[in-house]
Amino acid sequence: MYAGGYWSASVSRLYNGIMKPGLKFAIFTVLIVGSVGYLMASGLKQTGQYFFTPSELSQKLATDPTFYDVGMRVGARVVPGSVNRDVASQTISFRVTDGSATYPVIYRGIAPDTFNDSVEVVVEGRIQRDGIIHATDVLAKCGSRYESVPKA
Amino acid sequence: MTLLGSLALWVAFLLGAWGALTGFLGGARGRTDLIASSRHAVYALCGVLLVAVVCLEVALFRHDFNVEYVAAYTSRNLPIFYTWSALYAGQKGSLLFWATVLSVFGALAQALTAPRHRVYLPYVGAITSLVCTFFLSVMVFSSISHSNPFERLAYTPVDGRGLNPQLQKPGMVFHPPMLYLGYISITIPFAFAMSALLTKRLDADWLVAIRKWTLLSWLFLSIGICLGMWWAYVELGWGGYWAWDPVENASFLPWLTMTAFLHSVMIQEKRGMLKKWNLGLIIGSWLLSIFGTFITRSGVIASVHSFTESNVGYFFGVFLVFAATVSFWIYAKRLPLLEADSQLESMVSREASFLFNNLLLVGIAFTVLFGTLLPILTELFSGTKVTVKAPWFNSVNIPLGLLLLLFTGIGPLIAWRRSSVPNLKRQFAVPATAGVLTILALLAAGMRDRYPVIAIGLAAFVFTTIIQEFWRGVSARHRQYGETWLLAFGRLFARNRRRYGGYVVHLGILILFIAFAGYAFKTETEATLRPGESASIRSPYGWTYTFTHLGISQYQALNRQVTAATVEVSRNGKRVGLLTTEKRQHVDAEGNPTFQPSTEVGIRSDMREDLYVVLAGVVNGSEQAVYRFTINPLVWWVWYGGMIVALGGLIVMWPGGGSITVRRAQAGYAVKLVAKE
Repeated sequence: MYAGGYWSASVSRLYNGIMKPGLKFAIFTVLIVGSVGYLMASGLKQTGQYFFTPSELSQKLATDPTFYDVGMRVGARVVPGSVNRDVASQTISFRVTDGSATYPVIYRGIAPDTFNDSVEVVVEGRIQRDGIIHATDVLAKCGSRYESVPKA
Repeated sequence: MTLLGSLALWVAFLLGAWGALTGFLGGARGRTDLIASSRHAVYALCGVLLVAVVCLEVALFRHDFNVEYVAAYTSRNLPIFYTWSALYAGQKGSLLFWATVLSVFGALAQALTAPRHRVYLPYVGAITSLVCTFFLSVMVFSSISHSNPFERLAYTPVDGRGLNPQLQKPGMVFHPPMLYLGYISITIPFAFAMSALLTKRLDADWLVAIRKWTLLSWLFLSIGICLGMWWAYVELGWGGYWAWDPVENASFLPWLTMTAFLHSVMIQEKRGMLKKWNLGLIIGSWLLSIFGTFITRSGVIASVHSFTESNVGYFFGVFLVFAATVSFWIYAKRLPLLEADSQLESMVSREASFLFNNLLLVGIAFTVLFGTLLPILTELFSGTKVTVKAPWFNSVNIPLGLLLLLFTGIGPLIAWRRSSVPNLKRQFAVPATAGVLTILALLAAGMRDRYPVIAIGLAAFVFTTIIQEFWRGVSARHRQYGETWLLAFGRLFARNRRRYGGYVVHLGILILFIAFAGYAFKTETEATLRPGESASIRSPYGWTYTFTHLGISQYQALNRQVTAATVEVSRNGKRVGLLTTEKRQHVDAEGNPTFQPSTEVGIRSDMREDLYVVLAGVVNGSEQAVYRFTINPLVWWVWYGGMIVALGGLIVMWPGGGSITVRRAQAGYAVKLVAKE
C-alpha cells in the first residue's frame, strides 16, 4: 500500500516535472489544430465540388471521361430564349453558355425569383452521359444579390 | 447640389491627407502645433462629409434623375421611407456612407477619449484620416473607379430605375448600416492599437481606452448579422437564415475575432499575458473587415451577393495588401516589447480555458476563411476551382461550435491561475449533472440525432452555470446587505456590468445554439394544388399540418402588381388560421414592369415552430398554384436569442462601469506583485 502510494506520488511528481502547463497547452493546441485540419480535409473530400465554366467543363470531360455523374457546379450565362418552364411539373430546362461551350440544363424545383433568360447562373448538379446537366440547385445572380433555393 | 457634393468630396480628400500627414509628423516629432492641426482636420473632415451626405440626400429626395446614382437606385413612386435608404443601397453611396461614418467615429474618438489616454490621439487621428482618405480616393478618382455618387448623366431620364424590391423591406433598411457601423467602428480600436505600437506605450492602458469601442463594434456586428439572418429568412424564401455564403462569412469573420478579443483581453488585464495575441486579433479583425468589403465589391469569388463588379475591388485589394504589410511590419518590430508578465500555471484554470476559447474562435474563423477562399486557392494551385458549401462548413464548424459552447460554461466559473478539486466540485457538480440528465431525458424521449442532443445537453449545462452564478450573487447580497431579492438582482448588474452582462450574452448564445439545433429537424414538401385541394406535412413534434389552397387573387398596390395565394392551415384537423404568400411584380410610374418578380413568404411563427409557405408559381390562366411548405422548428428562438445577446452587450457597455475596470486592473496588478514575491 505504502509503496504504491510512494510510487504514484513520485510518478505524478515526475509527470508534473516534465509536463509544464505551457507544454501541456501546446499539446492540446496541436490536438485541436490537428482535429480541425482533419475535419476540414475529410469534409473537403466528401463535399468539395469542382466549379467550372462551360468550356472548362468540356475540357475536363475530354481529359477525364469518368467525370460523368460527379457533383459539380457550373457558372455561366443563360442563353436568351432557351428557358422552358413547365409550372405544373415544376421543371425548367434551359441552356447555359460562356460563349464557346454550351450545355443544356434540366432543373426540377423552384427557381429563384431572379432567374430569367438573361442572367448569370451557378448551376449545381451532375452531367449525365446524355450531355445534359441535371441540376439540383440553381443560383441566379442579379443586381446586388444572389438568391439560392437549395433542395432539402 | 451635386457640384457642392463633389467639391465636398475633394475638400474632404485633401483634409484627410492633411490630417494623416500632420498627425503622423506631429506624433513622431511631438510637435503640438501639428497635432492640433491634425485634430482640427479630423473635425473638419467630419463636417465636410456630412455636407456631402446632405447633398446626396437632397438629390435623392428631389428626384434629380440627371444624377446617375439617383436614377439608378430610386424612382418617383418609391416610398419615402426607402428613398433615404438609397444612400447606401448602391456601391457609390455606400462608399460615401462608409467614409462619413468613419469620420464621425474619428471625431468622436478625438472628442471623447479620457485625458489620460490622449497620448494615443495624434496617431489615432492620423490613422482614421488615412483610412478615410483611402475611401475618398476611390470616390474622387472616379475616372478609374467610376464611383463618384455625384456623377451626372449626359441626359435626364424621366424616371429612375427604382430600388431593387428585395431591398424595399424594413429589415433591409437597418441591416446594412448596422453591419457597416460594425465594420467601420473596428477602425478605432485598430487605430489605438497601431498608436500604442508606434508610441511604444504597450501597457494595459490602451486596452482600457478601446474597451467601449471594441464592444460597440462587436454589438453592431452582432445586430447586423442577426438582422441579415432575419432578412434572408423572410425575404429570400429558401427557408433558412444562414447559407455560409461568402458575404455572410465576411460579416461573421470579424465577429469571431472580435469575440475572441473581448475574452482574451481579460487575461491581459488580469495577468499581463497574451499581449501579442491581443494586438494580432485587433489588427486581424480590422483587416478582415476590409477583406469583407473587398470580396463583396470585387466579384473575385463566385456566388457572392456581389455588388456590381467593378474596379473598386482592386482598390480594396491593393489597400488590403498595403495595410496588412505596414501594420504587421510595425507589429513585428515591436514584438520584443510584448513579453508576457506571467506564465500559464495550470491547465485547469481560467487562463487556460480562455486560451482554448480563443483557439476555438480563431480556429472557426480560420476554417470559414479557408472555405470562403477555397475557389481562389484551388484555382491558384491546381488550375481548377473547387468550392464548398453549407455541408462542409457545418461538418467542420458544428463540432468546434459545440466545444466552444462547453467552454462558455467552464470559462467564467473556473478559478484563476490554478483550480482545486473542491473548487471544481463546487462550481460544476450541479451544472454537469443538469447537462447529463438533459441528454438522458432527450435520449429517453427518442431523440437520436447526435449533434442536436449534444447541443441541448451542453446548453443545459451552461444555463445551469449561469443560474447558479446569479443565484449565488443575489443570495450573497441578500444575506450580507439585507437587500430584497429584486434589489439585489438589480444591484448585481449595476455593480459588475461586465460580468453579469457577459452572462446575459452567454444566455443569448446558448439559446441560439438550441435554435440552430432545431434547424436539423426542418421538414418540407412541395405541392401543386387546385383551389380546395390540400397538402399535408408531419411536423417534428408529431402533429400533422394540412394546408388547403383557397385561391388566387390579383391586385395593384402602390408600386407593384401582386399575385396572392392563400392557404388555410389546420393542425391535426383543427383550424389554425390563414397564411398568404405573394408574388410581386414591381412597376414604374407608367405601369411597366421593373426588376424580376419577388416573393413574399407567408410565415406563422410561435415558440415551437414556424410554418413557412412560399408561392413558387401559378399555372398560367388558372388558379392552380405551386407551393413549398416548410416547417422550421425553433426559428423564433434565433431572433430572441439574438436580442438577448444584444441586450447583454448593452448592459456590459452601459456607461459608469469604468471604475470597475480600473479596480480590476489594480487587483490584477496586486496579484502580479504577490506572484513575484
